[in-house]
Parts: sequence; C-alpha cells; structure tokens
Amino acid sequence: MAMLHTVNKSPFERVSLDSCISMAQKGSSVLLIEDGVYAALKGTTVSDKVSKAMDGITFYVLGPDLAARGMTEDRIISGIKVVDYAGFVDLTTKHENFQAWL
Amino acid sequence: MKFGILINEGPFTHQAADSAYQFAKAAIAGGHEIFRVFFYHDGVNNASDYSVPPQDDRNVTDNWVKLAEANKIDMVVCIAAAQRRGLLDANEAQRQGKRGDNIAPVFRISGLGQLVEAGIECDRLLTFGD
Repeated sequence: MAMLHTVNKSPFERVSLDSCISMAQKGSSVLLIEDGVYAALKGTTVSDKVSKAMDGITFYVLGPDLAARGMTEDRIISGIKVVDYAGFVDLTTKHENFQAWL
Repeated sequence: MKFGILINEGPFTHQAADSAYQFAKAAIAGGHEIFRVFFYHDGVNNASDYSVPPQDDRNVTDNWVKLAEANKIDMVVCIAAAQRRGLLDANEAQRQGKRGDNIAPVFRISGLGQLVEAGIECDRLLTFGD
C-alpha cells in the first residue's frame, strides 16, 4: 500500500525525518514541507541519509516552502522532485494513505 | 475526492495553519471537496474572532472564514481544547458565566466524534500540526 508521508520539521531540530524514513515502506513517498525542506539540501549532515532512503522511497519537496526560505532548486539533492500545492493535492490523491510526521 | 483536515497548531506558532489553508485552497481549485476542518489542541486558536494581527500580516482566522463561507466547509472546534484556552461560543459563555464569546462565525464547537466521523466519511484525512 503506497503511503504519502509528510515531514514538516527540520532534521537539525527533531528526529521526525529519521522516524519517517525508518517506518516508510518501499514504494511509498515522502513530501518535505515547512522546515522539513531543509532535509532536501545538498551537502548537509543528513544528505547521505536522504540519498540512501531514495533507494525505494520517492522524495518530493514543496517549492513554495523552499522559496520562502531563500533556497533555490539547484541546491536540492538530485532526484528530489519539486511540487507546488496543486502537486501536493495530487500526491494525496495518488497515494492510498497519508501520514504526517510532526 | 473528499478531504478532511486536522489542525493541531495555533496560527502563529510555526506554519501548520498556513500549510493547511494553502492545501485546502489548492484542493478546492482542483475540484475536490473539503468535508470538514477539525481544530484540536492549540489549533483551536485559529477560531479566535478577537485576533487582530497587523494590517500587513495575513489574518489566518479571516482567511478561514472566507474560505469556509465560499465553499460551505464544516469548521469544527474541539470543545475541551477550546474551553481550556478560553475560546467560547455564546452558549458556552453563558453556561460558564463568562462575559463574552469569541468564536468567529462559521466555526462551531463540538466533540472528538466529529474528527472520527471525518476519518470515516473522507477519502483522505490530513494532519497539519506540531
């Protein structure tokens, strides 16, 4: 069963990204929103962890929340897809379940 | 598709209330229905009619009121969470012997059964919070 997970807190502040990655099954998706978008950055202490998790889990990041924090798409780990709010809605409809990691 | 939204965070804590609002707007624009928004824990503060943010700031409560009125969204505030935080409708204010009521129009006070029902009735139930 493909589930959509959201992570809305920075991985440098809380462990919700770790919890999410440890529980998410192969074939599911993770959408990084709010301060969770910091996990999408290249060259940080969590980048490797995210890259490894991308073997089996599809990662998305919410574009407006990236932009609100002054970050551009060229700073994102390659393979992470940028979506807007309409894309967020589409992701929820395309997955059977939704789980928010706070 | 029918969506239910659960908001567990106040309007000025992090970003959850804004995210939920933007999601709801996008869902409606995409032809979906928002069946109910349930305000729980500090999320009940989104329903305060007495919130007066600076004019150049967004007014979270007003935004919800407009969106709910235009799209007939059922806006439910958890009664126990609301009473703890001093959010009362006219009936509750009278019952508790308080001087005024402060729940904005379109919001109604009810119980957790409404959240359970949203989980059953909706195709997806999304949580936004802290």
